[in-house]
Amino acid sequence: MYLGLDGPNLRAMTELAPPPTRLQLFLAFTEIGLLGFGGAAALARSVIVERNRWMAEHDYAEILAVGQVLPGPNVGNTSVMVGRRFHGLAGALAASGGFYALPLVLLTGILLLYDRFGDSPGAEGFMRGIAAAAAGMVIGTALKMGWKLKPPPEAIVIGLLATLAAAWLRLPLPVIVLLLGPIAMWAAFRRLGR
Amino acid sequence: MSGVVLSLFLTFATLSLLAVGGANAIVPEMHRQLVEVHGWLDSATFGQVYALSQAAPGPNILVAAALGWVIAGGLGMAAAMVGIVTPAWILAWWVAGISERLAGRPWLRAVRGGLVPVAIGLILASGLIMAETAAVEWVGLGLAAAATIFAWRTEFSLLWALAFGGVVGLVLL
Repeated sequence: MYLGLDGPNLRAMTELAPPPTRLQLFLAFTEIGLLGFGGAAALARSVIVERNRWMAEHDYAEILAVGQVLPGPNVGNTSVMVGRRFHGLAGALAASGGFYALPLVLLTGILLLYDRFGDSPGAEGFMRGIAAAAAGMVIGTALKMGWKLKPPPEAIVIGLLATLAAAWLRLPLPVIVLLLGPIAMWAAFRRLGR
Repeated sequence: MSGVVLSLFLTFATLSLLAVGGANAIVPEMHRQLVEVHGWLDSATFGQVYALSQAAPGPNILVAAALGWVIAGGLGMAAAMVGIVTPAWILAWWVAGISERLAGRPWLRAVRGGLVPVAIGLILASGLIMAETAAVEWVGLGLAAAATIFAWRTEFSLLWALAFGGVVGLVLL
C-alpha cells in the first residue's frame, strides 16, 4: 500500500485473476512446499503473483512480511494468511495442509530409505547443484520484489540494513525486527501522511 | 512410550513460538532440549537427521518431524509435527484476522508497509547465506549467479533454474 499503489502496481492489481478455489490453494502450496528447496518464499511469489495472479505484488509482499516476523516458517504463515483471505478456515487448512503434507510423506520415505542408500556421490552433486541454484533463486527474487515495488530511498536503505544485519552481522531475527521495525514503520507512516 | 510422545509434543510446541525466522532459528535450542536435557538421541545422530531433512524437499521445519521419527517412530513424528506447527499456525491465523478487521487504518498500513522493505532485505540475506555454503567452488558460484539473473530478469518458472542446477550439479559437482 505504502509501497507503490501507483503506476505498474495499480495496473497489476486491476488485472488479478479470479480467486483460487480451495483445491487450487492446496495444489499451489503443495508445489511450493515440495519444490521450494529452502527458497519457498521465492517460489511462492512466482506461483501466487506471477503465474496465477491471485494477489498483487504489494499485497503478497505485505502478507509475507507479517509471516516473516511471526514465529514459524514464513511461507507456512503465509499459507495460513493467504488461505484465510480467500476461504476462511477451510482455505487456511487447505493451503497449509498442501504446504506440509506431501513433503512430510516424502520425508518419511527418505528416512526409511536412508540406511539403505546412504549418500551416493551422484545424489550429493545433484543436491549441491540444486542448493546453489536455490540460493540464486532467492537472491534474484528479493531483487525482483525490490525492483517491482519501487521503494522510496529510505525504504531501500532500511532493506539493505536488514540484509547487512542478517547476512553479515548474523543478528537474530527478533533483534533485527525490533531495531529496524519501528524506524521502518515510522518512515512508512510519514510517507502515508503526505 | 506414550510419555515420550507427550513430552515430544510439549517440547516442540514450546519451540514453535520461538521459531521466529523459521526452523534454523531454533536448531541450537532443539539440540539443547533433545540431546542435552532429555537425552533422547546423541549429537551425531542429531546432526545426521538435521542434514537429511535439509536435503529433503519441503520446508526446513520438517526437521522436527524427522527428529520425532528417530526418537519415537510414527507417533513421535506426528507429535513433533503437530507440536511444532500448531501454536505458530494459530498465531498466524489470529494475526491475519486482526489485520483483516483493522484493514485501512493508517497505522496498520504503516506497520505492514513498513515491514515490507525489512522482509525483502531479510530474503536477500537468506539468499546470500545460502550462497555462502552452497556456492563455494566456481560451478556453484556460476549456478547461483545464473539463477539470480534468471529469477530477477525473467518470468519463467523458477523450477527450471532448480532443475538446471540439479543436472549441472550431477555432472560437475
